[in-house]
Amino acid sequence: MATYSTNEFRGGLKLMIDGDPCSIIENEFVKPGKGQAFCRVKLRNLKSGKVYERTYKSGESVEAADVMDTEMQFLYSDGEQWHFMEPSSFEQFAVSEAAMADTAKWLKGQETCLVTLWNGVPLSVAAPNFVELTVTDTDPGVRGDTSGGGGKPATLETGAVVRVPLFVDIGELLKIDTRTGEYVSRVKS
Amino acid sequence: MDDDWRPTASLENIRLRAALLAKSRQFFAARNVLEVETPLLSAATVSDPHLQSFSTCYNGPNLPPDTTLFLQTSPEAAMKRLLAAGSGSIYQLCKAFRDGESGARHNPEFTMLEWYRVGFDHFALMDEVEALVQLLLGIDRQFERSSYRAIFERHLGLDPHHASLGVLWQCAEAAGISGGLTKGELERDGWLDLLMSQLIEPQLGACTPVFIYDYPASQAALATIRPGAVPLAERFELYVTGVELANGYHELCDAGELQRRYERDRLLRLANGGAAPACNRRLQAALGAGLPASSGVALGFDRLVMLAARADSIDEVVVFPVARA
Repeated sequence: MATYSTNEFRGGLKLMIDGDPCSIIENEFVKPGKGQAFCRVKLRNLKSGKVYERTYKSGESVEAADVMDTEMQFLYSDGEQWHFMEPSSFEQFAVSEAAMADTAKWLKGQETCLVTLWNGVPLSVAAPNFVELTVTDTDPGVRGDTSGGGGKPATLETGAVVRVPLFVDIGELLKIDTRTGEYVSRVKS
Repeated sequence: MDDDWRPTASLENIRLRAALLAKSRQFFAARNVLEVETPLLSAATVSDPHLQSFSTCYNGPNLPPDTTLFLQTSPEAAMKRLLAAGSGSIYQLCKAFRDGESGARHNPEFTMLEWYRVGFDHFALMDEVEALVQLLLGIDRQFERSSYRAIFERHLGLDPHHASLGVLWQCAEAAGISGGLTKGELERDGWLDLLMSQLIEPQLGACTPVFIYDYPASQAALATIRPGAVPLAERFELYVTGVELANGYHELCDAGELQRRYERDRLLRLANGGAAPACNRRLQAALGAGLPASSGVALGFDRLVMLAARADSIDEVVVFPVARA
C-alpha cells in the first residue's frame, strides 16, 4: 500500500479517506511554538464531489489513492455508456452515465478529454475547455444586432442548450467554454 | 527560465525589516539591556518533545573527529549560561533552526528576538513586551491579559485544567476539527494544542493584542511552576490578530527540577519513537551555580515583520524561504 507522509501533502495530491479517493485542495501547517504540530487539509471527495476537512499529526502517513489523470479520445456513446480510447495503448474504457455527469452534453466524438482513473476504472471525465458545436435550433437571428445584450437560448447538435447573442442563426458553428457553459464566439467556416 | 533565484520578499518589506531591527536595538539600548551573541552551533540541544533540531558534524582541531553539533532551536540555554555568569539583563537577535517546520507562519530557519530581565517576574516582562510591540507596530491601545483557563472558558466553555481527555476530544469533534484523528492518538496536551490553535488562537487579539498566562504545568517547558490546588506554569504567550508572536517564562532556576523535566521529556520522546538528545550538562551546571531570579521571552521576529507589513505568509518577509534557499 503506497502512502504519503504529511510532509508530502500539496494541492492536487490524491489520498484514500474512509475508502473514497480524495484530492487535496488546501494544506495548512499548524504548530504552537512549544506544542504538537498538525496538518490541516481540505479535501474533495472525487466520487461525491463533497468537500471536507481533516487534521493529521505532522509526520503521519496516509494511504495514497491510485488515481491518474489520462488524456483519452472520445469514440462513441451506445446510449448507456460512453467509450474512450487511450491513444498510445489503444486500450478502451467504458464510462458510466454517472461518471460522465455534465460532461456528456459537450461531446459529439473525437474530442480529447481528461479521464480520471481510480484503480483503472474511470471516475470522472473533463471535456476540453473549449468545444465547437453547430446550432440545431434557435429563434431566427436578428440581423445587424451585434450588441450581445439580452440573448436567447440555442440548442446545439449534442443537445446542450446555451445562451447566445440575438444575431446567431441555425446552422452556425459556435465556440463554447465548457467550464462555464457560456458562448464565446462564432467560428468562421 | 526559472526565476527561483529571486527573493520572495518585496524590497519594501526588506527595508521594513531593517527599520524594525534598528528600532528594536534602540529600544534595548535605551533600557541598558546588553546585546549578546551566542553560538548557533552547539554540542547540546533542547529536549522539548515537539522541537526537532538539525545536526551536523565538526572535523578539526579542539574536538574529537566527527563531533555532532546542533543548530540551536533558540538561544535560551546559552543565554542562561551568561545570566548565571553574571551578565545582567541581555538580549539577542539571531537565527534559530527547527527541522520539519514550514508553512504560512513557519520557516525552518527564522529570526528570533530573545531577551532576559534579571529581577523581573513574568508580569513585569509582559509590560516590557507590550511597550516594545506597541512601538514596533504603532499600537496605542493597552494590551489585554487573560489566563489560559479563562480563555478556554470564554471560547469553549471548558476548564482546561480539569476537563478529561474525552471532553477535550468531544469539543474538537463537535467543532469538526478532529477528522482524521482518533481519540487516543493525542495526549491531553495534544488536544489542548489543537483546540487552542484551531478554535481560540484565530480569534485572539483581533482588535487588541492579548497576553495569555498561567499555562498547565505539563506545558511549562523551562518556566517555573507555581504550587497550588492546580499547579500553574508561570509562562505567557502574546497573540496579535490571531498570530502567536512571543512566548515568555518566569524562569526555572532549580537545577534538580531541570533534571526532572529533562527526564520527563526524554521518556516522552522515546515513547513517541524518537531519539532523545543528551542532557545539556553545561546548562545544568549553570543552574547549579545559580541562575539569578529572572524572566525571559522569545519573540518571532519574522512574524512581527509580517504583522507590520500586513503579510499573510512568512515568504513575503523572508528573502529566501527554505524552498528557495
